[in-house]
Amino acid sequence: MESLAMGGYGAYVWTCFGLAAVVLIINEWRVRARQEAVYKEIEVRIKALEDSA
Amino acid sequence: MTDQGPQMPGLLVGLVAVARRDLLLAWKRPGDVLNPLFFFAMVCTLFPLAVGPSAEQLTFSGPGVLWVAALLAMLISLNSLFISDFDDGSLEQLLVSPQPLPLVGLGKTAAHWLTSGLPLVLVSPIVAITYRMPGDVVLVLMLTLTLGTISLSLLGSIGAALTVGLHRGTALLSLLILPLSMPVLIIGANTVSLAAGNETYSAGIWALSAYAVGTLSLAPYATAAALRISNE
Amino acid sequence: MWKWFHQLASPPHFYRIAPAFSTWLLLPGLALIAYGVYSGLFLAPMDYQQGDAFRIIYIHVPSAYLSLMAYMIVAVAGGIGLIWRMKLAHAVAASAAPLGAWFTFLALATGSIWGRPMWGTWWEWADPRMMSELILLFFYFGYMALRAAIDDTAKADKASALLALVGVVNVIIVHYSVEWWSSLHQGQTIMAEGGPAMDPGMLYPLLANIFGFTLLFGSLLLRRTRTEVLFRERRTRWVKEMILAPEGQS
Repeated sequence: MESLAMGGYGAYVWTCFGLAAVVLIINEWRVRARQEAVYKEIEVRIKALEDSA
Repeated sequence: MTDQGPQMPGLLVGLVAVARRDLLLAWKRPGDVLNPLFFFAMVCTLFPLAVGPSAEQLTFSGPGVLWVAALLAMLISLNSLFISDFDDGSLEQLLVSPQPLPLVGLGKTAAHWLTSGLPLVLVSPIVAITYRMPGDVVLVLMLTLTLGTISLSLLGSIGAALTVGLHRGTALLSLLILPLSMPVLIIGANTVSLAAGNETYSAGIWALSAYAVGTLSLAPYATAAALRISNE
Repeated sequence: MWKWFHQLASPPHFYRIAPAFSTWLLLPGLALIAYGVYSGLFLAPMDYQQGDAFRIIYIHVPSAYLSLMAYMIVAVAGGIGLIWRMKLAHAVAASAAPLGAWFTFLALATGSIWGRPMWGTWWEWADPRMMSELILLFFYFGYMALRAAIDDTAKADKASALLALVGVVNVIIVHYSVEWWSSLHQGQTIMAEGGPAMDPGMLYPLLANIFGFTLLFGSLLLRRTRTEVLFRERRTRWVKEMILAPEGQS
């Protein structure tokens, strides 16, 4: 419990670590989402071209 | 045949020609020169209206307010540095001319400073006096503004070259130039404040001079590169 | 050695090897951060002056370091792309900028939160490092805005590379002028980072976090660049063949 309180500064310290985690998670998610979106978009276009060829 | 064909005019002739052309164009459109000046005066009027006209406040904030207003006025005038040439095709001509592009850029920037920076310096005492700035401080203000606006014109020409012809280039230009101009603003305004407080301010003058010389030697190359990039 | 370099510059090759490298960076990075965060929070001795609040340093310093390193990467990669016309370098620069901006934001946010109990205010204008960091954020925004404003990719690459190179010089000058300015306007305390000499118990988690976050950044950068490369090469033959190939990948 004492660790969580961080000598009274708990809110500040944990917010910072939490923010860092959030930033990393957001970036991780965005990198993956963009890769999937780009891949899918290209796949759709190329397969459409192939079918109509 | 000993005739070598038309010779390219000397470099100095070229630079003067480019500058002269811009100066003539500005002469025909006095609005381009006057508008930023009016803007400068108006911004300086806004602060006392917003914050209160007490003598203390004025003397305290004077150097900063005048410097920020000058910076913003320069920003406005920088927008049109390459725009009209871009629109009517003369920019392309300048790009393919045998004159070295950095010199062409320097010529245009020199004309720009003469029509925006210099007028600001000359008008600043009038506004400074309304801010109850003592005469010797006004001189320091004019000195810092002279050196600072030279740097701002040069840095601004890089930004103007990068954004010429872009959709909504105006806002983007401001976004690009403001971070670049922060050192000039910080040093310039605070040097005047030091002078107002009767402290030694020579360090700032040296720094501004060094900055002006530095940008004078390097910015034209960056501007030339930027012009080539945005016009290929 | 040149062969390796030339191979690296080839987009399809990079696209193939990037995921593996990214994982090699990610796993050790996470491990280092795990150690750094745990020992930083629970094992490191308390700071004499700042109490437990100093533990924010384990996030703040790595972010600030990365925000600067990322800008260097943007500028250097842009320069390499500009001088040697390497497409991959431009893709790296484009990918590093948003990441750098995120870390700049994190540095500013953690700095502000740290400042509240230490200085009594959420924002101390007179702290030169925070001010320089804020101006760095503006540099990032300007870079990304310029990229976004130019439609043609090649032109955007070159223009933003030039901007980044001009910006690098300015970042250094900004740092010194802000320092001078803050010395004029001596505000409250300047943020002390652990005091004169750092206890090893405090230092090791910090180093671990710095390395760990850097590895993590590298892994994110690789994957982001990979996607950027895919997007830029979307009309080439190698992409077409890859997509139509039977095993299909992502």
